Amino acid sequence: MAPLIETRDLTLHFGGLRAVDGVDFILNAGEIHALIGPNGAGKTTFVSLLSGRRLPQSGSVLLEGEDITRLPAHLRVRKGIAYTFQITSIFPRLTVFDNVALAVQSRGTRDLAAQTRAALARVGLAGLESQEAQTLSYGHQRLLELAMGLALHPRLLILDEPTQGLAASEIEGFKALVEGLVPETTVLLIEHNMEVVMDLATNITVLNFGQVLATGTPEAIRANRAVQEAYLGA
Amino acid sequence: MGESVKPFALHLALILALAVALAVLPPYPATMLARILVLAVFAMGYNLAYGYTGLLSLGHALFLAAGVFAAGLSAQFWGLSAGPALLLGVLAGGGMAAAVGLLALRTAGVSFMIVTLMFAQAGYLTILYFGPITGGDEGFTLPAASRVILGFDMSTDTPRFVAALFLFAIGLLVSLALVRSPFGRSMVAMRENEERSRMLGINPFTVKLAALVISGLYAGAAGAAYALLFGYAGANFATIQYSILPMLYVLLGGAGTTIGPFLGALLMFVLIEGTSRLARLWPVLEGMDYFVIGAALVVLVLFAPRGILGTLRERGLKWLP
Repeated sequence: MAPLIETRDLTLHFGGLRAVDGVDFILNAGEIHALIGPNGAGKTTFVSLLSGRRLPQSGSVLLEGEDITRLPAHLRVRKGIAYTFQITSIFPRLTVFDNVALAVQSRGTRDLAAQTRAALARVGLAGLESQEAQTLSYGHQRLLELAMGLALHPRLLILDEPTQGLAASEIEGFKALVEGLVPETTVLLIEHNMEVVMDLATNITVLNFGQVLATGTPEAIRANRAVQEAYLGA
Repeated sequence: MGESVKPFALHLALILALAVALAVLPPYPATMLARILVLAVFAMGYNLAYGYTGLLSLGHALFLAAGVFAAGLSAQFWGLSAGPALLLGVLAGGGMAAAVGLLALRTAGVSFMIVTLMFAQAGYLTILYFGPITGGDEGFTLPAASRVILGFDMSTDTPRFVAALFLFAIGLLVSLALVRSPFGRSMVAMRENEERSRMLGINPFTVKLAALVISGLYAGAAGAAYALLFGYAGANFATIQYSILPMLYVLLGGAGTTIGPFLGALLMFVLIEGTSRLARLWPVLEGMDYFVIGAALVVLVLFAPRGILGTLRERGLKWLP
């Protein structure tokens, strides 16, 4: 069977900056795959190419063998690729309910209210439905962002630095939540918190200067000398 | 009363109050109110595009004029009666909005304002260019025979009031239903955060185009009704003034509130009418209408930037749709 996501020689340069430079990448269904690398390694740009927020200069993106390189972002979402933003991007002046309902209704469901509440309950925001989203605490806004992603019932959920700014206790809850998503949902995780990465990830890809430095299990990555030099600072 | 019943009850009460007002007011103010109702329909359409979807158009006069001339010309040259002429006007407004939207919605923000403004100006000049047909600057009076719906003569008071109220009521209830629907939620999502909406699987272009077309249907209905009820079609409906007016009504009453457009239209009329009455007492106020409008806007921006109903909603009436 074709992998859930495959990229071939994916490239996007910004002028002289090689943000994504010939990346071959495979993401298998059911895994939690972490994408790590130093700041500016091209992680966010790379997942932007997967989600369709940006288009590559060359190379291709395949979803279960189907070429989606040029497919507009909203159609990729409907095919099951959900992206949650690094910088919390919610609808601040809408209620918590409406924020998630927007995600639910784009799937064209009949049971809008119930499914919206279910997605909120899943991240622990039940009871806050009628609050304006901007009045939530930062941690709750991150969870709302996650609920919006989950409400899409994605096959692939791309989480861009989801634990950034969360308290330690919130991070524990977040890890449990993500572990509960697989194998129905495949997770691609950009994360700087190495503890979270090592605990959650079944596979890790290390990016450096827009190129894949290494791919493997957490143990293999930890033992990889090139990775240690470039990133783990050993 | 439940939170979902309240808005509906409020809208029905407003329609009822307007019916009573039209019945008891003397002919002159009642006719004035009928005009306000028709222009409020135009403003409600503008509100769906601007207040809810965030599309700041400066070209809505074109959609209004499309309705005016589709109804007026079809009555004049094809002898269409008021019913079909009105329908044609509605479709012309929507069709024009679709054509403009397909091109203008490739832009956003200030560019969108400029592009819609250019389209409207081009429309205005086109109407003047075809002066022998459209009547140019002077316009034309609609044939009396065409101003009849179901046997009721729209040039007489009672049928005209009933027709204006009927159109307003439909417009108001449809806009209430629309903004409370999932599609209404998508419209607001365009206004609030378009990029996020895209990543929720919503196609912004489709939503914005649909909202603009609905807005155009409203403008077309208002234009056609104005021509049929008051018996006149003219190029002035396509001038920039008629693109600005609905925006002022909406801003005054409250952008993104269902009743705001009507309230804004009503207040603006009252202000201008009040000024011209005062001018009879104090001639120094002669021709100060625009000063009054300007002053009203300054006060609005300073003290209630979200308009009257928008401010009320902020101060506690959260259920206002």
